[in-house]
Amino acid sequence: MLKLMDRVDRQYILPDGKLSPEGRQAWGKLPKERKLDFHRWMVQVRTFDRRAVILQRQGRIGTYAPLEGQEAAQVGSALALSQEDWIFPSYREHGVAMIAGMPLSQILLYWMGRVEGNLAPPGVRLLPPYVPIATQMPQAMGAAWASRLKRESAISVAYFGDGATSEGDFHEACNFAGVFRLPVIFFCQNNHYAISVPFTRQSAVPTVAERAAAYNIRGIRVDGNDVLAVYTAMEEAVTCARDGKGATLIEAVTYRKGSHTTADDAARYREPAEVGEWVRNRDPIPRLEKLLQAEGLLTEAEIREWEEHCAERVEQAVKEAESSPAPPADHLFAHVYETPPPELRRQQAELLREGKRDG
Amino acid sequence: MAEKTLIQGINDGLRTALGQDAEVVVLGEDVGKNGGVFRATEGLWEEFGDERVIDTPLAEAGIVGAAVGMAVNGLRPVAEIQFMGFIYPAFEQIVTHVARLRTRTQGQYPASLVIRAPYGGGIRAPELHSDSTESFFVHTPGLKVVVPSTPSDAKGLLLAAIRDPDPVIYLEPMKIYRSFREEVPEGWHEVPIGKARKVRAGDDVTLIAWGAMVPVAQRAAHSCAERGISCEVLDLRSLYPLDEEAVIASVKKTGRAVIIHEAPKTAGLGAELAARIHELAFLWMEAPVERVTGYDVPVPMFALEDDFRPGPGRIEAAVQKVIHF
Ligand SMILES: Cc1ncc(C[n+]2csc(CCOP(=O)(O)OP(=O)(O)O)c2C)c(N)n1
Repeated sequence: MLKLMDRVDRQYILPDGKLSPEGRQAWGKLPKERKLDFHRWMVQVRTFDRRAVILQRQGRIGTYAPLEGQEAAQVGSALALSQEDWIFPSYREHGVAMIAGMPLSQILLYWMGRVEGNLAPPGVRLLPPYVPIATQMPQAMGAAWASRLKRESAISVAYFGDGATSEGDFHEACNFAGVFRLPVIFFCQNNHYAISVPFTRQSAVPTVAERAAAYNIRGIRVDGNDVLAVYTAMEEAVTCARDGKGATLIEAVTYRKGSHTTADDAARYREPAEVGEWVRNRDPIPRLEKLLQAEGLLTEAEIREWEEHCAERVEQAVKEAESSPAPPADHLFAHVYETPPPELRRQQAELLREGKRDG
Repeated sequence: MAEKTLIQGINDGLRTALGQDAEVVVLGEDVGKNGGVFRATEGLWEEFGDERVIDTPLAEAGIVGAAVGMAVNGLRPVAEIQFMGFIYPAFEQIVTHVARLRTRTQGQYPASLVIRAPYGGGIRAPELHSDSTESFFVHTPGLKVVVPSTPSDAKGLLLAAIRDPDPVIYLEPMKIYRSFREEVPEGWHEVPIGKARKVRAGDDVTLIAWGAMVPVAQRAAHSCAERGISCEVLDLRSLYPLDEEAVIASVKKTGRAVIIHEAPKTAGLGAELAARIHELAFLWMEAPVERVTGYDVPVPMFALEDDFRPGPGRIEAAVQKVIHF
């Protein structure tokens, strides 16, 4: 597994925080603010994620899907998008959602089992988390198709894991995208496991990216813990899509540090040595911090200050989410149809008549 | 006999089948090393190895399609779908092949296989994990559909399903996976498919339920008894074929029926049961059949699931309604 990771098309910020030769070029082209954005967002995402795991342990939210370890893949890719682009996420893309403009309190509300948590602010083209695996992929493809037919410059991105590449939907989406040369990006975070099943059980070919060839779309395999490499790969894919050059399948090679969800125990199926290697040596945040510090763009004190700021923002979001008034029982019926049929109105009335909480 | 939970009853059933029948294989997502996300297959991979307990790629159509092929070629596959809410990619295989291979091949390839899937609400699961879409399968000719509600039945129905010459959809009520223990017979133990279980005898009204709704119906029956109403509680166990005889005998005795299910009301199994009762026992009925069900809305995220799932209060209200018709 570890050897697999070392064969990527792109790695710009090496695990020790040094830049590779290509990395130096890419880094040189970026404004200082963007470099700092990488850091700010990754820390914000991690702070949120760690807090959410604790909230689940305290019973304040339901089962939660942590993303720690995957911050660079999410932040790097999402920062390369613009406001007009469509995002079709899985259930683990809280980082992407935040950057797209989803308030933290909404993300929490979703994990509190509240459907209102799915509502993105106006102008944010982010779909709710997709729970059934790979089902977002054909839809992202379709949204991209619509943009093309409407002569709009927006593109679409589907986020998914390595396990999703085994579903028929993955194949169907890639195939349409290839046949119709659609402006869509398939962004796979290969975190090595689909719950307990290792990538070697999903795919007989060693990488996701090489499958792109079968659909005649571009495939890029990038170090997913290297925010700069991810950002650059995504920017390229975005440009191709906007220029009418069709779809890209990006495989960001990464690792989830913790369990699949708070209901899972990763110790049952992962070797401590493997986990240790990724946690100690390949964490996306310290390597960027080393680089930023070495370049004189960030100090230790500024890092602490930002971490505290993020923690406060998360606390504020927790307060907001927890003080959001519970919906009435008949909220069940809201938005099932634009105009509820008589049968449904009758059931709603019945619930209001009888329906004290009954469990 | 050892005391086991419902999920341990399933585990025991799978172990017994794998141990006694070399043709049985278990396949699905996370069923191997991880022992299943609910631990239904715990320890089986270690005991029987990678060729009997198979972690598959994440692909339900592939899993069920493979099971069909295995069955055609002489194995007895038990396929696990991780949650019933994720069975839909395999729906085509189930509806177009699992259910009608026997007919299409005029009995040559009967597709004797089992598809297990946890279902139902009440455990604060994430979105889409809590549906009860048993009707889709009950509505599909060629399938048998069973739902245990006790540890002993869990083992017994599973072994019967594995031995059954027809394909069986075996639905597992997640809510009661671990809610109580009971003695589960050792060794090969079968509970016949197509037979309901009388949970509680009574004279005034028949409550018909299955899966996780059985304990809820029992609680309602208990409260009714305190008010002097005697409920008979039937656990259907087998949704197809239905134990028509047991249902009709009971409602002929009590003259009243309340059907309870988690699934939405419209075209739920309760509709079929009510129709059957009216067809076969109309002259014995003192009141129209009542249904206590989920509402015709998508199964909600967990903040509202207690408002969606029937509880004893709604059942008691329905009992009052049929008593005072
Ligand atoms: C169609 C479907 N089958 C099964 C599941 C249950 N399930 C949830 S997540 C998961 C593993 C997904 O792995 P991967 O695609 O690699 O994404 P990751 O969780 O690693 O981000 C499984 C099997 C599901 N959600 N949808």
